[in-house]
Amino acid sequence: MNPIRRRRLLFILLGLLALGIAAALVLLALRQNLQHFVSPSDVKTGQYKIGSRFRLGGVVEEGSFKRRDNSLDVSFVVTDRFETVSVDYLGIMPDLFREGQSVIATGALVDPTHFRAEEILAKHDEKYMPKEVADAIARAKAKNAERQP
Amino acid sequence: MNPLMLWFHKSGSPPEFYRLAGRFQPWLWALALIFGVIGLYLGLLRAPADYLQGESARIMYIHVPSAWMSMFIFAFMAFCGVLALVWHVKISEVLLISAAPIGVGFTAVTLITGSLWGRPTWGTYWEWDARMTSELVLLFLYFGVLGLFHAFDDRRKGARAASLLALIGLVNLPIIHYSVTWWNSLHQGSSINLMTGTSAIDASMLWPLLIMTLASKLWFGASLMQRARVEVIDLESGKDWVQALLPPTAEKPKPQP
Repeated sequence: MNPIRRRRLLFILLGLLALGIAAALVLLALRQNLQHFVSPSDVKTGQYKIGSRFRLGGVVEEGSFKRRDNSLDVSFVVTDRFETVSVDYLGIMPDLFREGQSVIATGALVDPTHFRAEEILAKHDEKYMPKEVADAIARAKAKNAERQP
Repeated sequence: MNPLMLWFHKSGSPPEFYRLAGRFQPWLWALALIFGVIGLYLGLLRAPADYLQGESARIMYIHVPSAWMSMFIFAFMAFCGVLALVWHVKISEVLLISAAPIGVGFTAVTLITGSLWGRPTWGTYWEWDARMTSELVLLFLYFGVLGLFHAFDDRRKGARAASLLALIGLVNLPIIHYSVTWWNSLHQGSSINLMTGTSAIDASMLWPLLIMTLASKLWFGASLMQRARVEVIDLESGKDWVQALLPPTAEKPKPQP
């Protein structure tokens, strides 16, 4: 390689390296702000004041979903498997809302473990399978659970 | 010189590139069309519906290959950018600038299909989460590359400026890819891990996706050849080999002084 080209290549590589470092630093500095939602464990630390708006995310605890009769009032518990926060919501739920799946609720705390949501979004995981396969997995899990009491 | 390098150097000369691209182009179009039709048929009609999302998961067969292409094409542009900046390879400038509009197309398709998919599943058309925002930034980077190129009267200067932006924009690609692992986001994590070769997509749904991926790559190849041929003719319009392409009866433009 002739020296001019080698120098140009070197400049480009150094430039990319500098750019990469700059981007990494910016992203590290903004780490908190780039989180789309906070987990119940984050809420537990007490850094989110009552009444301040934020997004709460986590899994809907199995068996926690309740709907008041003849109304759109719902409540459920969001968990990250360490801490839990109970959520109230008045409105139509997204179709994918399921116990055991994730949700992102936008709203504010009314007390340290109680969240009032204005918007609920359903999050789904990266698994895709036909219904038959999902059923077979569920059956196998149930069988396993029976065998190990 | 070994035969591969010789071929590489030869196809880098504009007339030879024009000829080669013309030869590959119809085959690439034909293969892209065949695989695209097969992939769409399998994906939209034959693959089973998802257990959770139902039929709406079929948007995956368009959305995921487009998203991969939106990033692949940008990486390709950056690669061409290095060749253009360091070795001043004319054809790589042509390829870079011809690839950009195709990248815009795939990025737009990714954003639009993602938005349409988000409504029935997540419950929203748009959220400013890291994955979606970084993909939108990619769209603007493509616009930037095109805009910068056209801002110069001298095409070769414009191409070099565009190369530089393509290299700078490279930083965004790992951010898009890892946005779902580094931060918590509305968008789910990657289903397919190339490092470990594992997939969280059932085999019955994976095959149509892989066929569509191949089809989108071929489509890019075909479209790129077609665009680059026009671009190369435009760039070299005063040269003898371009003049020789004109039918003998056509009025030849006067060579530029």
